[in-house]
Amino acid sequence: MSQSYDRGLIEDFGRWQEFSAGMWAWIFHKFTGWVLIGYLFTHVAVLSTATVDGATYTQTLQGLESLLIVRFLEVGLLAVAAFHILNGIRLLFVDLGVGLEAQDKAFYAALIGTAAIAVASIPTFLLGAF
Amino acid sequence: MSTQVQERETDTEAEETSDQQQRRRSETGERDDMRERAETDLSEADETVRIKVFRYDPEVEGKKDPRFDTFEVPFRKGMTVLDSLIYARDHFDSSLTFRHSCRQAICGSDALFVNGRQRLGCKTQMVDLEWPVRIEPLPHAEVVKDLVVDMEHFYDQMEAVEPYFQTNDLPDGELEEQRQTRENREKVKMSTRCIWCSACMSSCNIAAGDNEYLGPAAINKAYRFAMDKREGADIKEHRLNIIEQEHGVWRCQTQFSCTEVCPKDIPLTEHIQELKREAVKSNLKFW
Repeated sequence: MSQSYDRGLIEDFGRWQEFSAGMWAWIFHKFTGWVLIGYLFTHVAVLSTATVDGATYTQTLQGLESLLIVRFLEVGLLAVAAFHILNGIRLLFVDLGVGLEAQDKAFYAALIGTAAIAVASIPTFLLGAF
Repeated sequence: MSTQVQERETDTEAEETSDQQQRRRSETGERDDMRERAETDLSEADETVRIKVFRYDPEVEGKKDPRFDTFEVPFRKGMTVLDSLIYARDHFDSSLTFRHSCRQAICGSDALFVNGRQRLGCKTQMVDLEWPVRIEPLPHAEVVKDLVVDMEHFYDQMEAVEPYFQTNDLPDGELEEQRQTRENREKVKMSTRCIWCSACMSSCNIAAGDNEYLGPAAINKAYRFAMDKREGADIKEHRLNIIEQEHGVWRCQTQFSCTEVCPKDIPLTEHIQELKREAVKSNLKFW
């Protein structure tokens, strides 16, 4: 054949509505992984203010906690960590070859678990924020 | 279903006997004939199904830009996607190109992208799909013409894992059989069902981005032989050396896409995961 047609990546994220459970689990796991790495840097930056002195550290934390957006981000961070942990357990079983036929259900369970943990954390994180 | 088969048989006979004549016949005449046949069939059918088919032909001016053609095909009970394509080709547009051969999910020629999912045309019932049915060539493969994709890369990956039986351990007697235990046969049973259709390879997001990745079908083939105890330890080690390379089993990120689209229900991800464990075991040293 003289020529052939390369359709590029149109079949990938353009078809997100047709993604299966395993595919969503993979995407969320990657996403939450990167968010956690990003968080680690901010975490180190905030903690390092303690090297100046105790008062600076307290002031930094109080300043951050007084922002409403930070309170919401904390709920989000917990959700991200919870999903990464729960799906990580799912992947552990996948790696061991245990219960592979239930991997989609395990993903849904991880989602429900994440939602439950995030909702349960709202009173703690948002107390006194408003 | 039976009427459909009969009708197709007579069609073939007619085409065979008047093959020479047909070639000489002008294109207009042929098209008229096609339209006539189509109209009769359409009026007889209770229901029609609309199929949207991907079209592309780099060798014909005016068809170089990919597009979708819509065909109204008379629906019959038991109709498959492949049946509808055959009907459209025989009655509406003889240039519609797609691969097919056995029509019973054995040859692996007609893996297509139907309604956003890799399926075998001959194994997919029209009633199980949402209408209109959208038929495209396999994703992540270059399109040669219409629904035909270039399979060369897929075959290269399959060849790379040496998909044939090898052994140093031949039985003594010349005519003695090389017997496999029942348990061992059960172990590799599902992996032997592969029909090389490339649906899994096409569905794999990783294979799409990494041209060197062996892909699910090739790794499954490797599994079929690596797990065959008749091959012996040396050859198993040789096989593991192939699959444990950077672009071998370790590229699999367990999205389960291959397992979901496999028309032969092979637990591909499970096999890949097992080979990962085998690769780890063969490299672990405790001294």
